[in-house]
Amino acid sequence: MNKFHTFTGLVAPLDRANVDTDAIIPKQFLKSIKRSGFGQNLFDEWRYLDHGERGMDSSKRVLNSEFVLNQARYSGVEILLARANFGCGSSREHAPWSLQDFGFRVIIAPSFADIFFNNCFKIGLLPIILDSGTVDYLFDEVKSIDGYRLTVDLHNQLITTAKNEVFNFAVDAFRKHCLLNGLDEIGLTLQHAEKIRQFEQKRRNEQPWLFA
Amino acid sequence: MMQTLYDKLWSQHVVHAESDDPNSMTLIYIDRHLVHEVTSPQAFESLRLAGRKPWRLNSILAVADHNVPTTDRSHGIHDPVSRLQVDTLDQNCDELGITEFKMNDMRQGIVHVIGPEQGATLPGMTVVCGDSHTSTHGAFGCLAFGIGTSEVEHVLATQCLLMKKSKTMQISVEGELGRGITAKDIALAIIGEIGTAGGTGYAIEFTGSAIRALSMEGRMTLCNMAIEAGARAGMVAVDDTTINYIKGRPFAPQDELWDKAVAYWRTLHSDADAVFDRTVKLDAVQIKPQVTWGTSPEMVTTIDGSVPDPSHIADEVKRHDMEQALNYMGLRPNTPIQQIMLDKIFIGSCTNSRIEDLRAAAQIVNGKHIAANIKQALVVPGSGLVKKQAEQEGLDQVFLAAGFEWREPGCSMCLAMNDDRLTAGERCASTSNRNFEGRQGPGGRTHLVSPAMAAAAAIAGHFVDVREIQQQS
Repeated sequence: MNKFHTFTGLVAPLDRANVDTDAIIPKQFLKSIKRSGFGQNLFDEWRYLDHGERGMDSSKRVLNSEFVLNQARYSGVEILLARANFGCGSSREHAPWSLQDFGFRVIIAPSFADIFFNNCFKIGLLPIILDSGTVDYLFDEVKSIDGYRLTVDLHNQLITTAKNEVFNFAVDAFRKHCLLNGLDEIGLTLQHAEKIRQFEQKRRNEQPWLFA
Repeated sequence: MMQTLYDKLWSQHVVHAESDDPNSMTLIYIDRHLVHEVTSPQAFESLRLAGRKPWRLNSILAVADHNVPTTDRSHGIHDPVSRLQVDTLDQNCDELGITEFKMNDMRQGIVHVIGPEQGATLPGMTVVCGDSHTSTHGAFGCLAFGIGTSEVEHVLATQCLLMKKSKTMQISVEGELGRGITAKDIALAIIGEIGTAGGTGYAIEFTGSAIRALSMEGRMTLCNMAIEAGARAGMVAVDDTTINYIKGRPFAPQDELWDKAVAYWRTLHSDADAVFDRTVKLDAVQIKPQVTWGTSPEMVTTIDGSVPDPSHIADEVKRHDMEQALNYMGLRPNTPIQQIMLDKIFIGSCTNSRIEDLRAAAQIVNGKHIAANIKQALVVPGSGLVKKQAEQEGLDQVFLAAGFEWREPGCSMCLAMNDDRLTAGERCASTSNRNFEGRQGPGGRTHLVSPAMAAAAAIAGHFVDVREIQQQS
């Protein structure tokens, strides 16, 4: 996992609530056994007017010009501004993979679905929860200001606008540590290998039917 | 201190906590790891690249369910991409020595059906799977939740997960359910009440006399849908119903271990005075057959209701979402639910493909035939063993005589990763769990209902009140 550095990125608004992971990456693209290449099919059914299947050349497909990410002003976007309960539904990590592969580094929403939220941290994509009033304000700003950018500083847990407005955000200390240092969680857990073995042995003695 | 069931399950599995702060990340031990073909290949690949091995092989049970065809399997899988994913699972399991029920094994089926069916899901366990509907297994008084692929790899490598303790929510359903009302109707009524994000951050325990009266199949349906209410885990306390279901299953303990296990399992309930962070109460008597009208499970109403009218919604975001949903669903505001005409019927999925579900549907269609406007009606049993049981009871003949297709087990048209799907504009009464845009096929329109309601709709060609049908028969 790459280290998360402070950056200033272009913001795009996705103005609907309860965006589910089937919408983020439809099922026909889950048949891949790789982790990469999902970005071209991010929001496939909203982004393209024709039906997408795996292996299609996306440069030859018919774009839905009304879909926000197809608008020229959002080219090179790195921050997605979303509504409540973003990422609900299926546990597919393909959803964060496709957002990251498309170029997103941060998603801002008033709330996220639990599994999606968790999955994002595992790959270095930062989901940020801001109160709905602030999110409403940012939607107004991003829609009215061309090239609207935000600076995301994870170390200090701050989002800053070009007008120098500053919003604080909360993040779990352990997850922050992992993101800032690009740490492998499995490696960290294996530092406790002896403790896991002891726990397991005790459990095996007490509830042997679990180990049959 | 009085504990909730969730508190008990959690504290039993803490390997290591970074601090005393209950909100800190905690290392939790995982007892059972269920694996399917869609969310595991990248985890196995990364494990291999890192030079690691699975921590405890006998904690893992694997099955291919999402991509498998539900038609004749004697020639394998026709779609090369689906085939590669299933072959990859087979290879990973063979190489590492993981127990797997392969496609033509009688025990193959939907992962959330076969775990309990085999006794691989036991009370007091932590159960994970790279699949959000892992919440299903909470019906057995265990802590079961869906994980992403990175976490699948984490569990393979360490037998643990790093996580934060959830808040607890009690959903109490007291009273007796009306005739024809099922666990599916309870689940949809709850989601209608608290919303698809209502359970976010919580582990839900379902309590009350209506829950106690449910069979294990019903409890699985209910816990399955906990994730559609936003909760990663749903659970029901252990009682005689739980223990009687498990007894004698292949992976269940036997003899003196059985007695020892049962004695422990009997402690798996919330203490009488345990405090939940939130409590929601429903009156069972008030629950009617539910039908979703939109593109989120919370967009639900009752069979005697109508499609809502966005012009009555004050909140701008909500109104916009409702308009979008109605547009996608091709529905006009204020249309009575019973006037919605259907094209396809799907009875199956990890929510409703167990023997009790098939019996309930067969009872409705027995001696009748699907309506002329129904282009296809599928029954997809949850496992090979469910299929066999149903055939022994003659249910397959009831469905076939009524014009249904009787298929091989798998996830099928719940998410349409195999060939079973809706085409654009087709409208389906489905016993599955998600009515998201495109879920059952691009442009497909899904209405979530119980098996009995789907069966009744197949006969009528449109939604009907199953309670009225049952009164006639």
